[in-house]
Amino acid sequence: MPDVDFKDPNRAIDVNYLKGVASQVREDIIVAVGTAKSGHSGGSLSVTDILVSLYFGKMRHDPSNPKWPDRDRLLLSKGHAAPALYSTLAEAGYLQRDELKTLRKMGSRLQGHPDPKKVPGIEIPGGPEGIGLSEGIGMAIAAKLDGRESRIYVITGDGELDEGECWEAAMAAVKFKLDNLTAIVDRNGLQQEGKTSDIMPSDSVADKFRAFNWNVIEIDGNDIPAVLDALNKAEKVSGRPTVIVAKTIKGKGVDFMENKVVYHAKVLTDEEVENALKQIRAARGK
Amino acid sequence: MKRSRMHSSRYALQEESDLMDQKPISMREAIGNALIEMGSTNKDLMVVGADTTESLHLMPFGEKYPGRLVNIGIAEQNMIGISSGLALSGKTVFCGTYMVFIERALDQIRNTLAYCKLNVKIIGAHTGISVGPDGGSHQTIEDIAMMRALANMRVLVPSDAYTARRLAIEAANEKGPFYIRLIRGTVPDVHGDQEIKIGKSSTLKDGKDVSIIACGIMVHEALKAAEMLSKEGISARVIDCYSIKPIDEETVLKAANETKGIVTAEDHNIYGGLGSAVAELLSRKRPTRIEMVAVNDTFGESGNPSELMIKYGISAQNIFDKAKELVK
Repeated sequence: MPDVDFKDPNRAIDVNYLKGVASQVREDIIVAVGTAKSGHSGGSLSVTDILVSLYFGKMRHDPSNPKWPDRDRLLLSKGHAAPALYSTLAEAGYLQRDELKTLRKMGSRLQGHPDPKKVPGIEIPGGPEGIGLSEGIGMAIAAKLDGRESRIYVITGDGELDEGECWEAAMAAVKFKLDNLTAIVDRNGLQQEGKTSDIMPSDSVADKFRAFNWNVIEIDGNDIPAVLDALNKAEKVSGRPTVIVAKTIKGKGVDFMENKVVYHAKVLTDEEVENALKQIRAARGK
Repeated sequence: MKRSRMHSSRYALQEESDLMDQKPISMREAIGNALIEMGSTNKDLMVVGADTTESLHLMPFGEKYPGRLVNIGIAEQNMIGISSGLALSGKTVFCGTYMVFIERALDQIRNTLAYCKLNVKIIGAHTGISVGPDGGSHQTIEDIAMMRALANMRVLVPSDAYTARRLAIEAANEKGPFYIRLIRGTVPDVHGDQEIKIGKSSTLKDGKDVSIIACGIMVHEALKAAEMLSKEGISARVIDCYSIKPIDEETVLKAANETKGIVTAEDHNIYGGLGSAVAELLSRKRPTRIEMVAVNDTFGESGNPSELMIKYGISAQNIFDKAKELVK
């Protein structure tokens, strides 16, 4: 467990340290998916910097007491990025890194898609797309009713926005003035079968949310300082929810995987695993 | 029969004897009233509705407890998702609208409520052919099957305002997801002070020749059929099987052992509902002749509830005919 008090909202944030954590998380993702010979690496690598920024640079949480009622909550609505979430939780001290090698195996707590019954720190089940934002609304309403400071963060995929329920939720979050809710769209531009712009054109994600009267921030979602800055700005908005449309690169950090549709859920060969790990380690001078 | 027995419950509730003297109210109103009563002691009780909160008698809860009724508009998937989020934050949630609309949220019900055993109770209103004039599009006859097939989900079917109220209270006191199925109409209370418990049933009339196991509105048809049978010298037992999952195994097995056969009766499709639940149990534990009175795998249409129930073969007469055949 890192020697950081994640409950302290004013804890010192060292961007270089966060970058190191993100690099380690990417390594863990490759090892986990490579060992499982199954799982979603592309969308895990795209969302890594967002997860690390949240858990290490923004959220108030407590790995030694995952159910701390006043915690901020991260809801990974794009549950197929489970390897990224598990790896981040491991770095934060919720899990042992070794356990990541049990991903998707019989008897493991690390289900193919997150299961809050099994893993401490997981807030919602993942799997079918489009549900997380609704669940986040429920939690944000509950936090306000109970007078808690908790902030609710929901990460959705951009392909996920094909689901109608996302837009039911987009309307409702504004109705209930949920300024304690921040949605983050992992805008990597790809989904299982191709470019989001081809499968179901969604080029105007930001405009769509603006039309629903959300506060909208557009950033580079693989740039940790930019993510932290956006999260801080979102916290200052009152009376309405914020969406951070975070442009990312699917497969980020491994050149042969970047922006390649096929790595959505490709079984990684041993050679690909070795190659990817070499690149990730070299990039952080290891 | 004395009706003043207090039921064991965490909530202090109005004496049920007071309620029995009033004229019948709808199941929806009975649950709406129970929610208001429970809401005063259980501050974590919340209600989520979908633009039918007046019809479901949920609005008074929101008036009494501002902020604790969440109306999310005509968006049932969102209703289940928001209910899940509330439950994951420690709330006890009742959410409801017309069941035929809730069915579109089967994915959300499966993957949040059932999969994670969330503390959400679904009130599915306006079920069955007996919904009447709105027509087949609004008459859900597959809901019991859908909900019963979900692991962790329990299925309750009240037969009058009394059972609706009791079952809502029981469900609130028990953690985890429930489906509570309501009819549209108002029916007379047919229960005395029977104890209503999850996994139990009420034997409303004892009998030795044949057993009628019914749920919901069909309990009333079953009682009528039992009268008709008694005129022919046939003694019919009538069991209100208000808890379909878990089912009252003991009472069903006893009926199979003590009478010549069983007629099940439900305002639901013949596949996957009460008849199936009874058959699944008896075929494993005590093979018994069973006749099923149910909608015969077809959709309904507009009409008055009673004429539709005759047309679609779920009236007292149908129960009577099948029971007679069994004892022949």
